[in-house]
Amino acid sequence: MKRPSGDTALAKIIVVTSGKGGVGKTTSSAAIGTGIALKGFKTVIIDFDVGLRNLDLIMGCERRVVYDFVNVINKEATLTQALIKDKRTKDLFILPASQTRDKDALTQEGVQGVLEELAKDFDYIICDSPAGIEKGAQMALYFADAAIVVTNPEVSSVRDSDRILGILQSKSRRAEEGKEPIEEHLLLTRYHPERVALGEMLSVSDVEDILAIPLLGVIPESEAVLKASNQGTPVILDTESAAGLAYMDAVDRLMGEERPLRFLDVQKKGFFKRLLGG
Amino acid sequence: MGIFDYFKSKSEPSSASVAKDRLQIIVAHERSKRKQPDYLPQMQQEIIDVIRKYVKVGSEDVQIQLENIEDCSILEVNVTLPDN
Ligand SMILES: Nc1ncnc2c1ncn2[C@@H]1O[C@H](COP(=O)(O)OP(=O)(O)OP(=O)(O)O)[C@@H](O)[C@H]1O
Ligand SMILES: [Mg+2]
Repeated sequence: MKRPSGDTALAKIIVVTSGKGGVGKTTSSAAIGTGIALKGFKTVIIDFDVGLRNLDLIMGCERRVVYDFVNVINKEATLTQALIKDKRTKDLFILPASQTRDKDALTQEGVQGVLEELAKDFDYIICDSPAGIEKGAQMALYFADAAIVVTNPEVSSVRDSDRILGILQSKSRRAEEGKEPIEEHLLLTRYHPERVALGEMLSVSDVEDILAIPLLGVIPESEAVLKASNQGTPVILDTESAAGLAYMDAVDRLMGEERPLRFLDVQKKGFFKRLLGG
Repeated sequence: MGIFDYFKSKSEPSSASVAKDRLQIIVAHERSKRKQPDYLPQMQQEIIDVIRKYVKVGSEDVQIQLENIEDCSILEVNVTLPDN
C-alpha cells in the first residue's frame, strides 16, 4: 500500500491523548494501531507513559520487552533492538515505555531523534500518551500531525479533553512553528446507550456540541475490552464484539472512508427491560 | 416508554442536560481565557494597584476583561467606587 504522505519518507504521527487518566487511551492506541497495520501500513505504537508501561500488556508482548524507548534515546540500544514485532499482525511494531521513575528521561531532542529514525521506515507512528496535561503528555503530542482525543461521556473527561485541545493548539511543534494545525479527532469511549436514553449520561451529540471537533467514532462500554486485556489481544481483533467493530469503523474513518455510526441504540431485551425504561 | 420515563417526563431536566449546560459554560470560559495574551494577569494587577493608589477599593471591586469580537479586542475595566 502507498504511504499516507505520498512518496516522501514521512510517517504520519498520531497522538492518542485525553488529559484525564483511565479513559481508554492505551486500549485505543492498541486497537487503532493494530487496525491501521491490518490495512497494510507499516505501523509502530510507542508507549510514552514513562514509569507506567502498560501497552506491552495490552498488546500481549510483555515478556518480550528487552530494551525500551529511554534505552534508545540514551543510545544504550538501537531502535532495531528495542522494537518488538507483533506476533499476530503483520507490519506492526511496539516500542515499550521505560520503567524508570525518572520522569525527565524523555528529552525533546531524544524523542525527535527516535521519531525521525522511525519515520524513514514506517507509515504510521501512534503515540500512546500518559494522562495529564503536563510534561509527559506534552512530550507525546509535541511532534504530532494528528490527535485522537479520547473522551468519556462524563463532565471531568470532557473538560480535560478541551484542555488538551488547548495544548494541541498552542504547545505543539505545529503551533509553535505556525504550521497547519494538528488534525483533531474525537473518540468517545465507554459509551452506554441505555444510560444516555435515560438522560443520565451525555450523548454523542452533547459531547460534539461542547468540544466542536470532528467525531472519529463511538466505542460502547463492552465486556470484550476487559476480556481482550486479560488475554493481551487488542480488542479490534475481536470481530464478534461491538467494541472491536466500532474501533474498526473508526480506523476506516481515519483512512477517509465513510462509515455510519452504530451500536448507539438501546438493545431491546424483552418485557422486563422495557418496563424499566431500558 | 418505560415507567421511569413516565415519571421523569414531569420532573426537572435530566442530569445529562444539566451536565451539558454546565460544561458549555465552563468550556467557553476556559477557551476565552486561553486566547488571552500572557501579559494580561500582570497588567490586570498593575491596573488594580494604580486605582488603589487613589481610591479605596477591594480587588473584587475591579473587574477587568479582554473581549475579542471578530478582529477587534476590547479591554473592559469596571470599577465599583465606594459610596461617599
Ligand atoms: N469501551 C470500553 N468498555 C469497557 N471498558 C473499557 C473500555 N475502554 C477502556 N476500558 C477499561 O478502562 C480502563 C482504562 O483503560 P486504558 O488503560 O486504556 O486507559 P488509559 O487512558 O490508557 O489510562 P491511563 O491514563 O492510566 O494511561 C481499563 O480497565 C480498560 O479495560
Ligand atoms: Mg494508558
